[in-house]
Amino acid sequence: MAISKRYLVSLLVGTLASTPVWAADPIKIGVSQPLTGAVAASGNYVTNGARLAAAEINENGGLLGREVELIIEDNKSNPREAVNAAEKLILSDKVPVIMGAWSSTYTLATMPKLEEYGVPMVVETSSSSKITKAGNPWIFRIAPTSAMEAQAFAKKLDNFDPPIKKVDFLSVNNDWGLGASQEFEKMFKANGIEIGRKETVAPSTVDLSAQLSALKNTGSDTLIMTSGVEQLTLGIRQAAEQQLSQRIVTTGGSFPEPLLESPGPKGYTSSHLLFFSPWTPESAVYPDIANAFVDAWNEAGYSFAGLSEGFRGYDGIMTIAAAIEAAGSTESEDIRKALWGVHVKGVNGDISFFKDGPEGKESGQNEPNVYVVQLKDGEVSAQ
Amino acid sequence: MDQIFQHVINAMVLGSTYALLGIGLTIIFGIMRVVNFAHGELYTLGAYTAYGMVAILNLDFFSSILVAALFGMLIGSLIEYVFLRRKDLKNIDEVMLIMIGIMIIMQNLELMIWGGVAKIIPTPFSQDPISLGAISISPTRVFVFCIAVVLLAIFYLGIERTRFGLAIRATFQDQDAARIVGVNVKRIYTVTFALGSAMAAVAGALLAPMFVATPLMGDLASLKAFAIVILGGLGSLGGAALGGFLLAFIEEFGASYLSSAYRDAFGFLVIIIVMLFRPQGLFAAKERVG
Repeated sequence: MAISKRYLVSLLVGTLASTPVWAADPIKIGVSQPLTGAVAASGNYVTNGARLAAAEINENGGLLGREVELIIEDNKSNPREAVNAAEKLILSDKVPVIMGAWSSTYTLATMPKLEEYGVPMVVETSSSSKITKAGNPWIFRIAPTSAMEAQAFAKKLDNFDPPIKKVDFLSVNNDWGLGASQEFEKMFKANGIEIGRKETVAPSTVDLSAQLSALKNTGSDTLIMTSGVEQLTLGIRQAAEQQLSQRIVTTGGSFPEPLLESPGPKGYTSSHLLFFSPWTPESAVYPDIANAFVDAWNEAGYSFAGLSEGFRGYDGIMTIAAAIEAAGSTESEDIRKALWGVHVKGVNGDISFFKDGPEGKESGQNEPNVYVVQLKDGEVSAQ
Repeated sequence: MDQIFQHVINAMVLGSTYALLGIGLTIIFGIMRVVNFAHGELYTLGAYTAYGMVAILNLDFFSSILVAALFGMLIGSLIEYVFLRRKDLKNIDEVMLIMIGIMIIMQNLELMIWGGVAKIIPTPFSQDPISLGAISISPTRVFVFCIAVVLLAIFYLGIERTRFGLAIRATFQDQDAARIVGVNVKRIYTVTFALGSAMAAVAGALLAPMFVATPLMGDLASLKAFAIVILGGLGSLGGAALGGFLLAFIEEFGASYLSSAYRDAFGFLVIIIVMLFRPQGLFAAKERVG
């Protein structure tokens, strides 16, 4: 009996010893992502990346001796809901900092609330140039702007054979899609490339056949497509069905993952601008960090192709963690100041912020790396 | 010229599925005067039933559509039996709230079960398109069009040529008179709701392989179904079928020749114009109210 009692006590002590004992309440970090709705796939990937970052931080002792807790809110792929999500995170959950909100439209809708309550937000995906030009000093964007993406793509133009001579656009009809088509148009014109037809599509549209039929026989050799995972998948499949002759290049860092399992017609090739290529992690700036992230992702059982967006959530939370650690505080204003000084080695590469926007009210903008991959018959290769 | 033919083909395929969606909604309204806000969710249910059958239970694609129809029918009759049977259907506010409640519950259940990420339903058809000169169409779309047209024909013949169809039409025209001549109106209600739901579920099961299945796909489908039914005239079966094709043609040609940014707006613009000049819809007869 005595032995079993001692055994029980030792078991209890052992259990307690293996569970980290945190000094105080957890540090809450708000996450606003589209977990449902038109761009749910991307939002879920980014959130999974954020979860991996929080788990890694906690395994290594947390922040300021405290556990990190993510408070995840679904912004439902809807700008109104994005505002509600931010208000709930700030007022009810009392988070000192947020990561969000995937689409430029959701981020732009959220921004006035950040200023109103004085809470910084690390923007992990949105690429509209309006975000950092608006004069909101609570915005710190780790994602590239559409202009940066276009400039990065300009350096890869020589990789295309036959060369790009005339381009059409098919863009989602929101701040992101329209902004991207404008920036890419500028870049193509500067490189002497002719602009063909420009079509847009509502974010929730599933039948793109009218737009794609209109893009047939335009004489262009390339179609630049900007949208989320779901619409890119539908667009590429339907373009193949309609036998569009243009090569498709997608922008914005989303990858049409479902085409890996259910590829379109044989031989159909598409190119994708990504900010992390999980097929070639060795090409990342810090291969060891990229490989460790890929391993953790696979270990968690998340879908492989989600990695190309999941890294955003990981890098976003790591950036916030670095700022909290540097600030030595969980006050929003301290975190905001500390964000200006962070130097994070992320999956995408180095993360730090330069000033963008009107003087005195600048937002932080990072200069990320861009990769191009090619998808053919369900296989991906670096381009 | 080739481009016009391509647009006509696109619009015919889209129109056939719109017609299926519209007919399911209009028959329930025409006979029961119930505005079925859960119509889009029954459409989603059909899509996910087909997905579950094909991708998880490895059932063949064609049987999965049949299972989706039967499951839609079952859920439809359950909704009618449990939520509407004992209600006074003339109390429009209460019935409307019930249907909105069912919509919210079904949508959230779909989210809980399947998650927010879109699913692709594999089909046995080749991914290579069928080409006729410069016009091309995927085999899946040809199949969807054929099945939709066959279903519309069966539905029409069932209503026009069978004894049960006669009872449905009698209830449609005058419930009291139908009751007097021995029609079991309550049974007609259940069957109507089951049939309308099955049509929505089949539309979902047919369309999802062409596109993708998502828990919120019903929102857009509901919106389109209401647009089609209003265009054709509430309660008019022929109106719903023609309204479906008309909406598809307006969207397809508006998007291609005017502006793709306003694709959905063109349909609603035409509806507003129709409402101004023919408030009962294009194909319905005027009705006395009160």
